[in-house]
Amino acid sequence: MGAIEVENLTMAYGELTAVDDVSFEVAEGEFFGILGPNGAGKTTLLEMIEGLRKPDAGEIRVLGGRPWPRSSALLPRIGVQLQASSFFERLTAREQIRTFAALYGVPAGRADEWLERVGMVEKAGSRVEGLSGGQMQRLSIACALVHDPDVVFLDEPTAALDPQARRNLWDLLGGLNDSGRTVVLTTHYMDEAEVLCDRVAIMDHGRVLQLDSPGALIRSLDAATRITVSRSRSRTTTSPGSQTWTQWTTVRTDWSWPPATRRGS
Amino acid sequence: MTTRGSAFRSLSLAIVRGFVRDKASVFFAIVFPLMFLVLFGGIFSDQDQPQIDLIQIGDVSLLDEMPEEAGAAFARTFKVTRTADLEDAIEQVRKGDADVAVEERGQELVAHYTQTEQVKAAIVQGTLGAFVDGTNVALSGAPPTYSLRTERVEDDSLDTIQFVTPGLLGWAIAMSASFGAAATLNGWRSSKLLRRLQLAPVSTGTIVAARIAVTVGIALTQMAIFLGLGAAAFGLTLSGAWPVAIPLLVVGTLCFMAIGLLAGAVAKTTEGAVNMANFLVLPMAFLSGSFFPLDAAPDWLQTVSKLLPLRWLNDGMLDVMVRGEPASAVLLPMAVLAAFAVVVTLVAARLFRWETT
Repeated sequence: MGAIEVENLTMAYGELTAVDDVSFEVAEGEFFGILGPNGAGKTTLLEMIEGLRKPDAGEIRVLGGRPWPRSSALLPRIGVQLQASSFFERLTAREQIRTFAALYGVPAGRADEWLERVGMVEKAGSRVEGLSGGQMQRLSIACALVHDPDVVFLDEPTAALDPQARRNLWDLLGGLNDSGRTVVLTTHYMDEAEVLCDRVAIMDHGRVLQLDSPGALIRSLDAATRITVSRSRSRTTTSPGSQTWTQWTTVRTDWSWPPATRRGS
Repeated sequence: MTTRGSAFRSLSLAIVRGFVRDKASVFFAIVFPLMFLVLFGGIFSDQDQPQIDLIQIGDVSLLDEMPEEAGAAFARTFKVTRTADLEDAIEQVRKGDADVAVEERGQELVAHYTQTEQVKAAIVQGTLGAFVDGTNVALSGAPPTYSLRTERVEDDSLDTIQFVTPGLLGWAIAMSASFGAAATLNGWRSSKLLRRLQLAPVSTGTIVAARIAVTVGIALTQMAIFLGLGAAAFGLTLSGAWPVAIPLLVVGTLCFMAIGLLAGAVAKTTEGAVNMANFLVLPMAFLSGSFFPLDAAPDWLQTVSKLLPLRWLNDGMLDVMVRGEPASAVLLPMAVLAAFAVVVTLVAARLFRWETT
């Protein structure tokens, strides 16, 4: 049995069909990506699976149970990070995660461990209003995981982050399914899906266009050129017209593969 | 400890921290109304009997030959300056530098006054008339047949502070309860925290209970500060049944939370919600006698004000806190406020949306 089973799911806002007859299954322990542009229906799909919206048609099973109507048996087993940074106003990072922990009956000590795991110990005393985008996302992810859920949903966790902050967050996200946890992530970026996901559903106009492993998807695209260039800080070139890279960077004309060539330097 | 208990405790704590760390909220809930209390209680309290500036033109025998005790009473009401120039005296009255100019024309005492300050104009006419009548009686040699003694109905200690404290406290609670509910609902909605909480195993009842507990706690704190400062600094004295003002105030808080929820449900942004709550509460405070008594207001205004929940809260608090009414006087206001709270909450619930879009 899969951790998540979605069958013929449909949801319309008036004229607009946000999610159109979508079916897929996510295995336990899988890192599953939903990739697509803005307005593709990713968030609506996710919100239906989380139990925030009632589907117009179709079936959803999460860990064997129906998420709608609100199921008190299911809620403690799922963790969610919504697109906005959903925090209590004017609370510090530590107060924030401890409050969420208390909602799940989790002791404060465990909350503090999560703060450490996402690298937020130094910022524990800062109010959320003073955190950077990357720090907010880290805190938000920690708040989604504080009760150690079996399934966690992350809605565009790296949106609006600069490239460096995105890569830093990948290191954290990559380890989330290590202990057998199922992770569902939405993203705009193929490179992110490549690095993190076992399988990716490509979505647009409410439909799943393709669903496969990132490698298979890229091979099927018949991509023309893939150039990956990595340089370390110490090897600056001096030839005319070249640039000095302060950090390792990537030049691509298309989706690069495999990610390992970029991650190492 | 149960999960529900720990959820309630930590949510309440989160809301309290959010409140006390928001300087604007604390200012408008506590400092701002206290400024009015100091203003009304401290500065205007000696203005029960304004002194009248009187200009005496030339010799006025009635004033000059007044017996000693009448003279003392006269001096309490009037501050007399003398001049010989009638034109100049009348001009001073016209400009508002003096309140009345008095001249003697044979047996007639002529008082030139201005209607600009109606209260003073009435005092001038009444008092001067009384002095003339008193003098006539004295000259006739006969003892007066009737005499008048005036007694105030309220407690002897009644002072401006007695009237303004309950009214301003009502306004302060109306503000903090409605602003708090409006800002929480809208802020949590636009940050999607409402959605996030919906996905945590915590019931809506627990969330609402935490918000109510904090708001009621803030209201009771406001009450303690107002009554404490009023008693310590301005001589406020409470009448016997004042503790029943506490349940009245709790019901009033719920009523204004409901109004805040309505504003929060209708408005799209947090600022919009607070502005809308203010738009409802501030005019209501004027029409409900929070800033000045409505006894002199026209009948239609009295009728309108009876439709406003703040009027009932203010009246109930006045009754048991300073007018010395029995505890049962709060029952009707409490019933009216509870009815308001229920109706407004139902309307707010109908208009409620989980998300701003």
